[in-house]
Amino acid sequence: MNIATTAVQIGLEWDSRTGAMTVPIYQTATFRHPGLGQSTGYDYSRSGNPTRQALETGIARLDSAARGFAYSSGMAAITSLLLLFKQGDHLIVTEDLYGGTYRLFEQIFQQYGLEFSYVDTSDIARVEEALRPNTKGLFVESLTNPLLKVADIRSLATFCQSWGLLCIVDNTFLTPYLLRPLELGADIAIYSGSKYLSGHNDTICGLVTVKSPELAERVYFHQNGAGAVLGPQDSWLTIRGMKTLSVRLDRQQENALKIARWLEQNPQVAKVFYPGLENSPGHDLLRSQADGFGAMIAFEVTDSALVEQLLLRTELISFAESLGGVETLMTFPAVQTHADIEPAKREALGINDRLLRLSVGIENSDDLIADLEQAFTGGPA
Amino acid sequence: MKFATRLIHGSHAIDPATGALSIPVHQTSTFAQQSVDHFGRYDYARSGNPTREALEEAVADLEGGSAAFAFGSGMAAISSTLLLFAPGDHLVVCEDVYGGAFRVLTKLFGQWGLTVTFVDATSLAAIEAAIRPETKAIYLESPSNPLLKITDLRGAAAIARQYGLLTLVDSTFMTPYLQRPLELGCDVVLHSGTKFLNGHSDVICGFAVVKDEQLAQRLSFVQNAFGAILGPQDCWLTLRGLRTLKVRMEESQRSAVKIAAWLADHPRVNRVYYPGLADHPGYAAHQGQAAGPGAVLSFELANYGLTKKLLEGVTLAAFAVSLGGVESILSYPAKMSHAAMPPAERAARGISDTLVRLSVGLEDADDLIAELERLLEEG
Repeated sequence: MNIATTAVQIGLEWDSRTGAMTVPIYQTATFRHPGLGQSTGYDYSRSGNPTRQALETGIARLDSAARGFAYSSGMAAITSLLLLFKQGDHLIVTEDLYGGTYRLFEQIFQQYGLEFSYVDTSDIARVEEALRPNTKGLFVESLTNPLLKVADIRSLATFCQSWGLLCIVDNTFLTPYLLRPLELGADIAIYSGSKYLSGHNDTICGLVTVKSPELAERVYFHQNGAGAVLGPQDSWLTIRGMKTLSVRLDRQQENALKIARWLEQNPQVAKVFYPGLENSPGHDLLRSQADGFGAMIAFEVTDSALVEQLLLRTELISFAESLGGVETLMTFPAVQTHADIEPAKREALGINDRLLRLSVGIENSDDLIADLEQAFTGGPA
Repeated sequence: MKFATRLIHGSHAIDPATGALSIPVHQTSTFAQQSVDHFGRYDYARSGNPTREALEEAVADLEGGSAAFAFGSGMAAISSTLLLFAPGDHLVVCEDVYGGAFRVLTKLFGQWGLTVTFVDATSLAAIEAAIRPETKAIYLESPSNPLLKITDLRGAAAIARQYGLLTLVDSTFMTPYLQRPLELGCDVVLHSGTKFLNGHSDVICGFAVVKDEQLAQRLSFVQNAFGAILGPQDCWLTLRGLRTLKVRMEESQRSAVKIAAWLADHPRVNRVYYPGLADHPGYAAHQGQAAGPGAVLSFELANYGLTKKLLEGVTLAAFAVSLGGVESILSYPAKMSHAAMPPAERAARGISDTLVRLSVGLEDADDLIAELERLLEEG
């Protein structure tokens, strides 16, 4: 079945009693037992809730996974997965990582004795160099945030297999509609479901898919143990959002390519980062492993004064953190998403005070371009 | 303002734009910004959501704390609080701690180098004797789950202060209506808000509440970084549940007192654990620190057959996991709340296979007693 069809089917088999087209919101904490030592399959909603399970089964199907898991945020998903490791373990990590992940690694898990090496994971030689005897995992973003670098998931997964490392891919920017990390050999995929999967800027949630049933058991232990689960209402909203994943992303990608091309022609723009542009360094690689290029664009303006002008003068485009929703959002990574990375390090990565990130929505692209144009030419806000 | 009034009016102001008495469910992930240099009060909903904030402020106020943090489950509240510690740190923990807490302490955080000594926390001497140079905190439940043991919280907090330790108290069975550990000198109050605070068996949520500003900042950092937050719909439902906390607790407690006395006289009940009974060993200590015995009690039946008959035959109360709802819930600790504890550990703690826990709801006490009577009959 095509991914678009699978996404629309999520939750459909759930309510055989009433025939309802959508899974009920099981707003319950606990479940009555039919007898001693017997269970309906549901005991306590932290351990399993039918609405959450419909979402978990749905994301697992989209990713060809043994099992899926839903958490109260993308960060809760990542934290819960890191509990698979132990003191003294070492992980190789994408260097231009989402700031929240970086903060979690550096300020919480480092204190617990986990070691991290940050490398350019779009270069497999750098990844190999970072290998240590205690390396236990690789954490990559399939498209990096915010510079949209492309990692070769197949090669990285092969590398992980040969050294016995867990290969974890944060696939938030592409979603299973465009790239399926487990099919390329990864062990685990992670999503901030708040982004494209939910897609309406109205839910905070995290999702995880796991390839092997054995590993899934361990992931389940920590989901239930640490208890950072997603509530039923947010589970239901995420399912609802996922049903339109394909049409949203189709339109968003179309808009993104038009805007990226327009930005490229703009003399006030020094650089455009969008892997859908043929001259982009990751273009061919991404084409070989994904069904599209996503709808995230980063661009560097020629003068830092333009940053504030653009953020405040745009009318359709909102200045807000987050991405992946139907509304177009613009973000200033240096002070928003990546504020927790030290300034010198940020600058070295290219996340400077002239860089803006655009999450392209499903508005009409001409309207979006006209909004950008008036913001560029209108003078200081 | 008195407690009952604070439950209704303390949580948040009436919506100034519309006059709505109930706070809107802010089902949003992000908030548009006006300025590049100064972000508004809300930027991203993991970091702060107005609906969650209303709930957090309400719970902080009821506990007499400076800040409360709402999490996706009671276990998420406990796990997030345990992230305040570092490898090599040691905790002194009451021995009949909730099975889920036992599991994260021993398996999850144990693997990260946190060490734990379980003690009979009804004895302050036992707590003090377990303190080592690397001890960082005392972790307590009072009353404990499922044996309703009582720890002298003032005394434990005084020992903690003397050794420079934090006192963490899971106060789920009491709620701030009956007991406020921060006022007794403890540092962190933990709740499974799923239970009496929300009270309707329809939400999974947890809280950590503190008084100290610095501790509040550290917990705020962990809540945002780990991100195990409570979603807006569940926050709203919990706020709704909180409004009836006092009337629910009062009624359930009144029934629990009646049922405990009835069970204590029953020939086929070997023992009743309830801090409202005058012969409970913690009766005096509990009276000194709480306004009532609560609505959870455990009892030991004469044999396993009777236990099975009761659990499977009960109709008015639900045979289920959890507690603290409007519905009475009968549960079986050995296979439910404490299933995560190895059998030997369970046995050593007195959690036998004839022990039943009853969370008393809002049904009429006479109806509940009539049903128990029928199920405990001979034959």
